[in-house]
Amino acid sequence: MLANPACTPTLLSGWGRYPRLEGRLATPRTADDLAACLSSAPLAARGNARSYGDASFGSGLTVDMRRLGRLLDFDDGTGELRCEAGVLLSEIVEVFTPRGWFPPVTPGTKYVTVGGMVASDVHGKNHHGAGSFCDHVVSLRLALGDGTVLTCSPHEHPELFAATCGGMGLTGLVLEVTFRLVPVRTSVIVQETIRAPDLAAAMEIFEREVGRTYSVAWIDCLASGPDLGRSVIVLGEHAAPDDLEPGRCDAPFARPPARTRRVPVDFPAFALNRLSVSLFNRLYYGTHGPGRKLVDLDPYFYPLDAIQDWNRIYGRGGFVQYQCVLPLETSREGLEALLTEIARVGLASFLAVLKRLGRESFGYLSFPREGYTLALDFPANPDTFALLERLDRIVLEGGGRLYLAKDARMSAPMFRAGYPRLAQFNAVRRRYGVERRFRSALAERLEL
Amino acid sequence: MTPSSVLILGARSDIGRAVARRFARAGASVILAARRSNELAADVSDLAIRHKVKAEAIEFDVTDGDPEAFFEALPTLPDVVVMVVGLLGDQARSETDLEAATAVMAANFTGPVAYLLAAARRLEARGSGCIVGISSVAGDRGRKSNYVYGSAKAGFTAFLSGLRNRLFGQGVAVITVKPGFVATQMTAGLKLPPLLTAQPGEVADAIWTAVEKRKDVIYIRPIWRLIMMAIQNVPEPLFKRLSL
Repeated sequence: MLANPACTPTLLSGWGRYPRLEGRLATPRTADDLAACLSSAPLAARGNARSYGDASFGSGLTVDMRRLGRLLDFDDGTGELRCEAGVLLSEIVEVFTPRGWFPPVTPGTKYVTVGGMVASDVHGKNHHGAGSFCDHVVSLRLALGDGTVLTCSPHEHPELFAATCGGMGLTGLVLEVTFRLVPVRTSVIVQETIRAPDLAAAMEIFEREVGRTYSVAWIDCLASGPDLGRSVIVLGEHAAPDDLEPGRCDAPFARPPARTRRVPVDFPAFALNRLSVSLFNRLYYGTHGPGRKLVDLDPYFYPLDAIQDWNRIYGRGGFVQYQCVLPLETSREGLEALLTEIARVGLASFLAVLKRLGRESFGYLSFPREGYTLALDFPANPDTFALLERLDRIVLEGGGRLYLAKDARMSAPMFRAGYPRLAQFNAVRRRYGVERRFRSALAERLEL
Repeated sequence: MTPSSVLILGARSDIGRAVARRFARAGASVILAARRSNELAADVSDLAIRHKVKAEAIEFDVTDGDPEAFFEALPTLPDVVVMVVGLLGDQARSETDLEAATAVMAANFTGPVAYLLAAARRLEARGSGCIVGISSVAGDRGRKSNYVYGSAKAGFTAFLSGLRNRLFGQGVAVITVKPGFVATQMTAGLKLPPLLTAQPGEVADAIWTAVEKRKDVIYIRPIWRLIMMAIQNVPEPLFKRLSL
């Protein structure tokens, strides 16, 4: 007889702090704790809770996996790493970069767990070339909640593997992940910045520079009329030792001291308004002059990680992130419609990122597909929700979809329209008997 | 002294794991000793991969086995021995169930003493090293809410104090650690005041510094020194009336 898992009532939310739910949180530290958690249903897996909306908690038991975060095997010949799901990407960067290995794919924050990276099948600035994280996963250990633990990979239980990669934790509890790191010769990125005066120019640059390893654009979504889509495109390559300043060549992995700041309090709701965001965007556009420079990987990949708890600038009410992808054929028209609508309403989006994505991932619920993705932040309030409904219609018309790891509010029909492989996902969940055992608030909202 | 090896007795606990990581980060080889040591395989590989140090796990039960044989079987005598084992128990149960009370005393006092006496003899003979005992602020004064645990810890604190006195001048330091509240498995489910509650990593950092500087008695969060000073100075006629 297993003991009930020790759990504490906790107010749970994701990175956007919207929505919130009073739930039961358990933090397993041992195999016995884990077995006790798995005997409880329904349960929702939680990594470092950096998904924005309601994916990382549920109305049943929520299982915080961060204490099960150990490195299990590393082959320094091939870069293959086997680790527990609770390992943070920041730990992997810290441990392996000095040894010449880097994550094959990294999202915009390093404070995510490896289990979360699988569940969201995260992508990075290199998606157009490298694909998403799960393209680099060799195999997974997955607990199904009935005492079974399966190894799944492209060869073993391949359909369960495809359902789990990007499956938002709804196919079982990811215990271990084996994936391949990529070799790097320095911890420095050669960054090249190009300004684009409008959307057409930005897309042209993305298409022209598709051979670059990393590319992303910061877009000023308050710019309208002829300036619509004004952006700064930042390209990047891992630097070779020869690229470094003389004197640094003998320390290719030296890192500058980490400088982090913290947002100490929740900002009041009026702090973010059209004026402050417009000033920020103008400043950003103005200070990102064109040209090449060498930057450390932290400011290149994780600029916002330097400000701890940055989600507090949106105040107590929280915020939502809206990230959509549009197929290549409808991208131009769709992005124009989205940006026009946002500029018309004048709702302040502090962060607006545009990125060219590569081919669609194999995960049934994976977000990336060939086309363009736009990500925007808005304070959680009724005006935002009304705007997002209108944006939904544009995305739907363009045959696009929204990213589940970011979403906190879309409707079940909107979700079903964007994810045509949902039937396969559901069939796998039924076949392995997990559909009632693993449920998050997101799953309930989207009628999964 | 920068230690190059550490033995952690009670390595499966959150504090034990944090101490192992802290010492390994500084390059020390690590021996993890705990019951069901086969379950420590993941921790061993983690330390070895993350910090490129030698790590191993061995079987250890503080209330069982022969301390002499345990230390004889060690591949090498480590620079630092950290006793992390502890059992909070349930005060109400300890008051009525002698077996439960005995288990608390064995895990917090008689067991640790037996093993540390065996360790002390060996370190003394070598003429170097450091013994760290995790005691508790609960041992600073008996209170009705946890005096079985508290008295065992008081005994352990007195033992460490005497051992420090004995080994002074022999090249062996003895450090008493009184953590106060720590967010661990032992306290999971309790509502702890955040300002008074240390993370396991803080405890490990403090232990590392105490070993390097060969300190005697440490509290983790400084406020605990004040709190316990206040508690110790309440006159008994008043103290016995309090609900603490």
